Amino acid sequence: MSKIHVKTRINGEAAEFLCEPDETLLEALRDRLHLTGTKEGCGSGDCGACSVTVNGRLVASCLMLAAEAEGAEIGTIEGLAKGAELDVLQRKFVEHAALQCGICTPGFLVASKALLEKNPDPTEEEVRYWLAGNLCRCTGYDKIIRAVLDAAAEMRRA
Amino acid sequence: MALDEYEKRDFKVVGKRMPRPDAIDKVTGRALYGADMHVPGMLVGKILRSPHAHARIKAIDTSAAEALEGVRAVVTGADFPDIAPGEARNVRDNTMARDKALYDGHAVAAVAATSAAIARKALKLIRVEYEILPHVTEISDAMKPDAPVVQEGFVQENVPEGFSENVISYHQYGHGDLDAGFAQADKVITRRFRTAATHQGYIEPHAALASFGADGTADLWVCTQGHYFVRQLCAEILQMDQAQLRVTASEIGGGFGGKTTCFIEPVALMLSKKAGAPVKLVMTRQEVFRASGPTVSSEIEVRMGMTKDGRITAAEAELHYQGGAFPNITVQFGAMAAFACYDLQAVQTRGYNVLTNRPKQAAYRAPGAPMAIYAVESVVDELCQEFDLDPLEVRLKNAARKGTRASYGPTYPDIGLVATLEAAQAHPHYSAPLGPNQARGVACGFWFNFGGDTSVSLSVDFDGSITVTEGNPDIGGSRVSIAMMAAEELGVPYESVRAVVTDTGSLGHNEVTDGSRVTFAVGLATIKAARAAKREMCRRAAKIWGIDEDAVVWEDGCAKPAGPNAGKFEPLSIKEIAAKSSRTGGPISGHHEVNAEGAGVSFGVHIADVEVDPETGHTKVVRYTVFQDAGKAVHPAYVEGQMQGGAAQGIGWALNEEYIYDEQGRLVNPGFLDYRIPVASDLPYIDAVILEIPNPGHPYGVRGVGETGIVPPLATLSNAVSRAIGRRMYELPMSPPRILKAIKGG
Amino acid sequence: MASAPVTPPDKPRIKVRLWGSLRAATGGKEEVEVEATNFKQVIDALARDYPALRPQIERGVSLAIDGVIYKESWFTPINPDSEVVLMPLMVGG
Repeated sequence: MSKIHVKTRINGEAAEFLCEPDETLLEALRDRLHLTGTKEGCGSGDCGACSVTVNGRLVASCLMLAAEAEGAEIGTIEGLAKGAELDVLQRKFVEHAALQCGICTPGFLVASKALLEKNPDPTEEEVRYWLAGNLCRCTGYDKIIRAVLDAAAEMRRA
Repeated sequence: MALDEYEKRDFKVVGKRMPRPDAIDKVTGRALYGADMHVPGMLVGKILRSPHAHARIKAIDTSAAEALEGVRAVVTGADFPDIAPGEARNVRDNTMARDKALYDGHAVAAVAATSAAIARKALKLIRVEYEILPHVTEISDAMKPDAPVVQEGFVQENVPEGFSENVISYHQYGHGDLDAGFAQADKVITRRFRTAATHQGYIEPHAALASFGADGTADLWVCTQGHYFVRQLCAEILQMDQAQLRVTASEIGGGFGGKTTCFIEPVALMLSKKAGAPVKLVMTRQEVFRASGPTVSSEIEVRMGMTKDGRITAAEAELHYQGGAFPNITVQFGAMAAFACYDLQAVQTRGYNVLTNRPKQAAYRAPGAPMAIYAVESVVDELCQEFDLDPLEVRLKNAARKGTRASYGPTYPDIGLVATLEAAQAHPHYSAPLGPNQARGVACGFWFNFGGDTSVSLSVDFDGSITVTEGNPDIGGSRVSIAMMAAEELGVPYESVRAVVTDTGSLGHNEVTDGSRVTFAVGLATIKAARAAKREMCRRAAKIWGIDEDAVVWEDGCAKPAGPNAGKFEPLSIKEIAAKSSRTGGPISGHHEVNAEGAGVSFGVHIADVEVDPETGHTKVVRYTVFQDAGKAVHPAYVEGQMQGGAAQGIGWALNEEYIYDEQGRLVNPGFLDYRIPVASDLPYIDAVILEIPNPGHPYGVRGVGETGIVPPLATLSNAVSRAIGRRMYELPMSPPRILKAIKGG
Repeated sequence: MASAPVTPPDKPRIKVRLWGSLRAATGGKEEVEVEATNFKQVIDALARDYPALRPQIERGVSLAIDGVIYKESWFTPINPDSEVVLMPLMVGG
């Protein structure tokens, strides 16, 4: 079985890789490109740990074939900070202690970023429903919700 | 002795909300978890699992798999050496079946191949000949004398007669005259409860990368709560010296007790040994549910007597727990903890541990306590309703306090339950108005907390910065707390301290990150290590000044002459002493090794407001408050996090989560879609109220906080739902169909 | 550390309370007396005087001394008037 050659852009830079026809985007990111910030928690689209953006849209990368990324613009957790400067969401997660073990954190950040780009002034309820596809088992979500709302407030002030 | 460790002090660093050292790595994706490690020449491991709940393995033919190009090793139970009975043997037999497959998902063979696709293909080529045996997955079925026997030879000496060989241990606790106590009650009720098996639900599946050298040494990278214990187990299972196996703990993506043992590590090592190459083995989510270590399910009967003014006169409970196909002592903790919150003249608990054809249970946050205390706290609440008494008043009236003989034996020293109950009573939440279909529930909880073997090394680096080397995987922010305690003790800025979790080859033994022990025990050892370093720095200053070392004291990060008689010298800062250390005697470090005792028990009280939809039976948690004694909250945000996270897990246990088996004994919901843990839209903010009643067993008064928080929510929710619908609930989870059935009087 | 208690020539007798299901091993006694000044001596004396307790001692035991649980530190000193309660070996999650 021959591999498929895929050309994409990841976090603003050209990237290409070879993958199996049945390989997921998550597997390609992690195992081919060694972008291991994107996590696998379930492989069935239920936990959100593998959240990435594809052409600006929030996607569970475990549910998308790697070959489908041809020509797409992909955003992962590794692209959230600008060099050494953290994104405001990253800063707020640290400040609010919105992570414990941290395995779900990349997915939450990517999903929260996608939310705030669509809706810069979400209510608590909107944040909770938007992030309902991201599972966290450590925090009870309390500090995550506070961090996202605080980040949104700071972004609106900026 | 451990009891006089605590000294009151004004804290400069402890108690503040410092940024944690691993946070940036975790928000940028740089942190490396179990599955994130890649090494050259690495193979992919996969495990073949039994589709049967109980079956004799008559033969395994691996020849076709071995012949497949790209397959480098195939492993079965026959590859593992014989070892003496004990936990390591149980773990060996659980990680790879030998004669029998004992549950749906039990590993029967494993392969290592050059790609995941080849490994998966190879699994399909392995032929296992099974003889299907009768199975049993439910507690009451498994206890019957004629039940299918899951495993023979585990029955302990004190199990009463009349049960099958699946009933392997019996544990009785209590004191006083039950008959006399019940005779004093105005009302005695007996109620039966059931709780489903639940899973810890950590988001990171188990992962291990094993690399066995031709010289018989091996390295293992693994997500675990205790890499030293992994080393101990794997070394025994593979019959190698512990020193020959170096285990490095990755960042850990949640554990909650579920990563305190091995599920795949011995297999990864054996594959690597046979293949002669590194092997990475990562569980799928389905494998995590089917073949890691969920908690026990339970059937519990509670009998309790109360006077009409709310005094509990006597209480007893019989607890039946199943924890899968291997022994465990979880029911013993349940029997000990069930009535730990109460001051009772007459109390008895009887616990039975039952084997079934289910996966080998692992610890889950306060193992054994949540379900036992759920049953007891439900009965207390029902009696409060019976006599129209305030549930917190009744708990205060009966609360265990200093001098109370605990239901598990000892007499309590100073404990914080009364203060916790009073805090709950005084909180605005307790008197806030409720809306339609809403009700309020309260319950108490308890956990023992432990210390245990701990090693810490603290080095004063040449520039005066500090490295604290510890050996406990940081599961929820312990490194920040440990660095803060080091900074506090040395009188240096927090920013100059880095805490590192090291591998088994770099530091003495450390017990598993369990029992809420890390901030207590590693903190204690860190403080002692810092004190040793301070003594050495004072010695160096004394040498530099040419005075007696007793004439030097340590203050605010500097060595100073003890008083005017010691001589007039400018203080020497830690930076100055560190910079000269080569010339004054060599590198400076402090270390401390201890089996830390005196952890101190912990109590919590939860209040929940729920709204139950009478049409759908759906429960919405509208307000939730947690009260818990932390002794001293080193980093309050992460203490709150433990309390909030424990509450959320307990809420899931109460409302949604359960292992469901079909007629064939197969787990039908091994995924997050059907095993539904709480999501952000299911929960309100969870208010955390920290009480600080210093633990006399710790220099700063620290008490473990990790586990108690999961204990009260089960009854808190059940009491709230029962009051909301006007019918008492006796089974968890309280899924909408069960609540609807209760409303309709089913 | 507090100073170790002075050991008289004859070890003091310490009362040890057992949990219910162990009492079958002591002829029904809830409390037994052993000569001991520390954790290990308690365990050794129990195993010697009550052989039926050995299986549990081999599985592991902790002691609650004056209400504080000591997991397994052998040389934890015990005063003659201390309350000593046998516990199973404690582990957690």
